This record gives sequence, structure tokens and C-alpha cells, in this order.
Amino acid sequence: MADHEIVIAGFGGQGLLFTGKVLAHAGLIEGRELSWLPSYGPEMRGGTANCNVILSDTPVGSPIVQHPNVLIVMNTPSLDKYEPMVVPGGKIFVDSTLITRTVERDDVEAFYIPATQMATDMGYHGLANMILLGAVLAKTGCVDDGTVDEALHHVIPARKANLFDANKACIEAGKAYVC
Amino acid sequence: MIVFEKPHALTDVPFHYCPGCTHGIVHRLVAETIDELGIEGKTIGIAPVGCSVMAYNYFNCDMIEASHGRAPAVATGVKRAMPDNVVFTYQGDGDLASIGLCETVSTACRGENITIIFINNAIYGMTGGQMAPTSLIGQVTQTSPYGRDPNLGQGYPIQICELLATLEAPYYLERVTVNNVKNVRNAKRAIKKAFQNQVDGKGFSLVEVLSSCPTNWGMTPDKALKWIDEAMIPQYPLGVYRDKDKEAE
Amino acid sequence: MTEKVLMKGNEAIAEAAILAGCRHYFGYPITPQTEVAAYMAKKMPKIGGTFLQAESEIAAINMVYGVASTGKPAMTSSSSPGISLKCEGISYLAGADLPALIVNVQRGGPGLGGIQPSQSDYFLATRGPGHGDFHVLVFAPASVQEMADLTGKALHLAWKYRMPAMLLADGTMGQMMEPVALPEPHEAFGTDNPWATTGTLMAREHNIVNSLELAPEVLEQKNLARFERYAQAEAEECLWEEYLMDDAEICIVSYGITARISRNAIVQARKEGIRVGMIRPITLWPFPNEPLKAAADKVDSFLVVELNMGQMKEDVELAIRCRKPVDFCGRVGGMIPTPDEVLDHIHALAEGRR
Repeated sequence: MADHEIVIAGFGGQGLLFTGKVLAHAGLIEGRELSWLPSYGPEMRGGTANCNVILSDTPVGSPIVQHPNVLIVMNTPSLDKYEPMVVPGGKIFVDSTLITRTVERDDVEAFYIPATQMATDMGYHGLANMILLGAVLAKTGCVDDGTVDEALHHVIPARKANLFDANKACIEAGKAYVC
Repeated sequence: MIVFEKPHALTDVPFHYCPGCTHGIVHRLVAETIDELGIEGKTIGIAPVGCSVMAYNYFNCDMIEASHGRAPAVATGVKRAMPDNVVFTYQGDGDLASIGLCETVSTACRGENITIIFINNAIYGMTGGQMAPTSLIGQVTQTSPYGRDPNLGQGYPIQICELLATLEAPYYLERVTVNNVKNVRNAKRAIKKAFQNQVDGKGFSLVEVLSSCPTNWGMTPDKALKWIDEAMIPQYPLGVYRDKDKEAE
Repeated sequence: MTEKVLMKGNEAIAEAAILAGCRHYFGYPITPQTEVAAYMAKKMPKIGGTFLQAESEIAAINMVYGVASTGKPAMTSSSSPGISLKCEGISYLAGADLPALIVNVQRGGPGLGGIQPSQSDYFLATRGPGHGDFHVLVFAPASVQEMADLTGKALHLAWKYRMPAMLLADGTMGQMMEPVALPEPHEAFGTDNPWATTGTLMAREHNIVNSLELAPEVLEQKNLARFERYAQAEAEECLWEEYLMDDAEICIVSYGITARISRNAIVQARKEGIRVGMIRPITLWPFPNEPLKAAADKVDSFLVVELNMGQMKEDVELAIRCRKPVDFCGRVGGMIPTPDEVLDHIHALAEGRR
């Protein structure tokens, strides 16, 4: 399988790191080489934050994604910053509720998902990240569906175990939206 | 008939202290206490930086030399590693009340079950007589040659027992002195209580001992002992500042 | 091998220290290493160990000194500004011949600096962090797996040589997650230390843990004896990894996160037919002088890649006695070079532009 070099970017509090953790845990379950690297510091409390995930079949060199082939963005500054860095042929997943402009490049694939609106409509405020993840899974196949379920069980803290279904429903909704 | 003998908890190494210095008396009181409580084999002492830096040579129990002011932190580490042992620090005023004040307050605040013997002689002795945080107003030292003057930004004497008594955790705080026989006997009682508290698992105990420094005070030993009565006790009243045994009664 | 788990580098340090037998941790909050303390705060009370949030980094290292005096394994962790504060205590540990583990998850400096990754404490770590003539063992992990493995190794070698050891990581290594196979639990160590202050039990002369010695002729002898131990550590404990060095014409020397970045650049350069390899020091003290000296006979040039202004570059030049040119690629202040930046340097060297 091709390497997936993923950047997930937006505001702190949007569940960016969590989304990355789901992918990383799924990669672990699949026995792949991987790294997960968060931005850290004050941005964790609400500034622009990001998370780099690399899933590979060979040992990961730099954990810092220089040229993502998968980009998930949940605010405009992040699209502005990372759009030029995506490799030609890469995929960009845009939360179109929060980002009103479109992707300017024509050598990448762009997917517009009104994830924040969809999550609110479904009564799952705050799970737009999982809707975007669903779209990513459907369009990249970076990890298998089954391992994502297992990963969710690992990543969701025990005291919030009741949120599994909500996360799962959002992933499915994201998949359905882009298929 | 034996009328006088050295406590077992003291080694045969002769003290290096100046004539008339009361460190020797306090060392002896600590050693007698260790003997009487039968704890020498499980006691670990921590020496400071200052005149008593070489206290590690004088006590027969295991000894650790700490960096300047950090004895309470070192004692904390030792006590956490060896909770069944008896751990004490022996510190002067520069060590405990100036450079190590943060460690002093924080260790007291945690209520570490250790014993601190605090020697307050209102001066830095080992380095030759500089102003200490405990130096009295008007006291002439090498670094307060015109007398300690709060109006010159030199501050006021720091009162450790009073300061620590504002904290919840300390179990026992008492200020004593050793300038006459009666006071020595009283100091012995306080020091023994401070060790007994630890053996009983009661918590943080500190005994402040007002001490003399004839050399750096520029006085005869006799005059120095009188100066404790005349000048130091008015600034540092003797007495019990915290005793949870009494509060419980 | 045990099953792999996903952990942050900082958490891997904490768990590995516990597995290696450490039961006493003292720390003070500072980014980007706080996860070590948080992990210890959760775990230590459940296994009868000590977690203590000290009043300062200074107090924390002196609490470590206290535990180490009793011969038991103890550690502290911090990041660059906090390590400066610990240097006094590290010097006293070295002077009293006490073992301890100090973790430094470096951030950019000097001063308060920033909180992003850095390797600017290379000099501080490798030259003896504090006053006086001494060394500490310095380990530079380049993966979460090594964060775990080298933590255990550092603890045990510190006890073997009775000297402090420093795990010199950086913010990236501390914050990133990777799969890690945790080491097997190690049996308790530090139980047979005739020098330790554990109470005489009235059965032996008193032990004294001390760095003070006023007789210069005695203090000199103590220093000389210590350096004999250092010589043994230099001879026996040096660790490094070679990557594609067999036919290399350019040798990259890099450790920690920058070695990972350099690896990407090397893969790309090899695709372009440029013969470049890497020597990655795993111990920074002792420093792998011998493999570098040997490489100097074969390669045309060296390229040092670090997150500082060229601190290790000096050691590489010393190791090879300046027999070959040593180029440098570094970023500072929390910035990290991209593989492309390293590749540009490789291109320049390959084309003889430097």
C-alpha cells in the first residue's frame, strides 16, 4: 500500500489530534509503520493546531509531514497554509461549513464536506472531525473499516464509551456523503 | 564512676568550631538524643553548607553533605526512599533562611516527617561574618558595615518559627537557645521531642536554636552568650510556635 | 517480543523507567516534557513508588540526590530552562559519585526561549552540565522505541559507573507517538551498594555521601579516580548506528529528530545516485570518535545536521582531526529543517559547490 502522509489542521478543540489518534491506532492494529505528531503549546487551547500522521510499509523517517498526500482542513488559515504543500495528485478534505473558499490548485483532488453543519444536524455537535474522517476513509482507503472500529474502542476513554455509536454514525455519514 | 562521657553518636573527630561557638553544644544534644532514643543505626543526617558543613565527620550515623540550602529537599528524597529511617537536617541561617528558604517552606508545607535543627546565629560564619537574613537591625557585619538598615534596602530579620507557624502542616516548631545551663536543658528537651515526633510518625518538626558566634560578632564568648539574652531574644522570642500534641489535648 | 503499543515518547520514558526498576520520580512542570510527570503521577502511587511535584527543578534534583544517596534508582525530567536549574545538583551528584537519571526534552533557547524542539543543549549535556570537571552519560534517542530502550539503559549504566546519566531528547521525540515494544520488567537494582547511606544498623562505620574535600591532593586523586571510570565508560559504552555507509562518499552525522529527517533526505539522494550515508551517534557522551575516524578514511566530506548552531560539528571535526571538510545544516529557535533543506546541502556537497 502506498504511504499516506496526512496532515489534519484547524483550531484547537476540533478533535484534530483525536482524529489522528484513530488513524494511528488503526495503523498499529494493522501492523504498519507509523508516526503521530501533534503541534503542542498554547495552540492546543484554541489557536491553529495540527497533527501529522504517517502510515507506511517501511520505517518512518521524519515524522514531520513536509508534503502531505492527504490534507484535512477545518479552518481557512490551515487551508491557506497547507494547500501549497500538498503533493500533486493529493487529496484535500475541506470542512465547507467553516471554510467558504474553494481549493485553488487544479492538480489535486478536493472534497467539500459541510461536516460541522452535518454534525450539528445529526445532534452530534463537535464530531465534524469524524465526518471528515469517514470521507477520508472512503476516498483513500488508508486504513480498513474494521480496524477503525477497533481503534475507536482504544481511543475513546472508558468514561466516554457511550460515545462510540455517535463517532461511528458520523464516520458513516462522512463516507456516504462522498460516495 | 563515670561523670562525663562522649555520646556514642559523636565520632572521635575533634570539632573545628571556634572557641565559644555553640555548635558543639547543639551537636552534643543531637547526639545524646540519638543515643537515648537508640536510633543511631537507622539515622541519616544531612549537613548543610556553612560552619557546620563538616558535621558529617562528627556524627556517627550515616551522613550526607547537601548543596547550599537544599538539605530539606535531600532529606525529602531520603525519607521517601527510606521511610522507616530517621532523617534529620542540621542547617544554619544562611542555608535555611536565605538560599534554601524555598526548600524550607515547601518541605514544611508538605509536612515531611523529618527533623530540622536550625542554628540561628544572625550571621554568615564560615565566609567570615556577612549579613544574614536573620541579622538584627543595626547589626554591623562585613556586608552591613554601617549596621543593618531596612531603609537602605537591607530588610528586616526573618523569623522562621513565626513564618512556618502560618502553615497548616508543621507538627512542631519551637525556638530555644543554649546560652546557659537551664536553656541547654530546655533545648535538649525540644530536640529530643523533635526526633521522637519523627519516630512516632507525627510529621515535620523544627527546632530553632539561637546560637552565638563570638568570632564574627567580635565579642568574648561570655559577652556573646549575654548578647543572646540582650539582643537576640527580644527579636526572636523563645517558645513553642506549634505543637499539635498540645492542640490535641 | 511483547506486543507493540502506541505511546508518546514522554510516556514511553516514564513507563520504561518504571519497568527498569525506578520507583522515585521528582519533577516540576515545564513544556514539552510534562507528560512524563503526568504519567508518573498516575502510576507511582499504584505501585508503591514516589511521585513528588517539587517546589522547583532545584529541589527536584536534590530530592533525586537524596534517594540516590540511599542507593536506590531515582530520576527527574525537565526541559532546557529547567535543566539549567538542575546543573548545580548534577554537579553535586557527579562530585559525590552518585547515579541518577535526568531527562531533558529540549526546547529552543537561550533564556526562556520557546517551547518548540531543539538540540541546543548539546554542549551543556556533553561538556558536563554544571561546575567542575565531570561527565554525564548522554543518550540521544531517535524514536519512541529508543526513548524506552535508552531510558532503561541509562538508568542501569548510571548505577554501573556511579555517575549521572542524561537522556537528551527533544520536543518532537517527547510529543510524537509511535508503536513501541516495552522492555521486560527488570528486577530491582540498587540494593547492594556498600557506599549508600541507609543507616549503619550499628554494624559498620558510618557512610558519608559528600563532594567536599578541602585537601587539594586528596581532591585531585578523587578526580583522577573518577576519570578512570569515565575512560572505562568511553571504551565500553559508546553506541552509534551506521546507515548506508558501505559505499558512502558523503557522511551525514546527526542524532535524534534530525537523524530521522536526514534519513528521508538520504533515501531521496540515493534515488538520484548520490552515495550518501549516515553515522548516527546514540550516545553523545561517550562520543563515537572511532567510527567517525574510520569514516574519514573513506568519505569525501561530512555533513552535520542539528537543531543548533553547530555544536556537535566541533566534536565531529575533533574526531576526524579536520582531515575532511565538515559542512553544517541546522535550524534553531524551534525551527526544524525539512528533508529538502538537507537534500540541498547534499546536492551542494555532491556537486563540489562547497
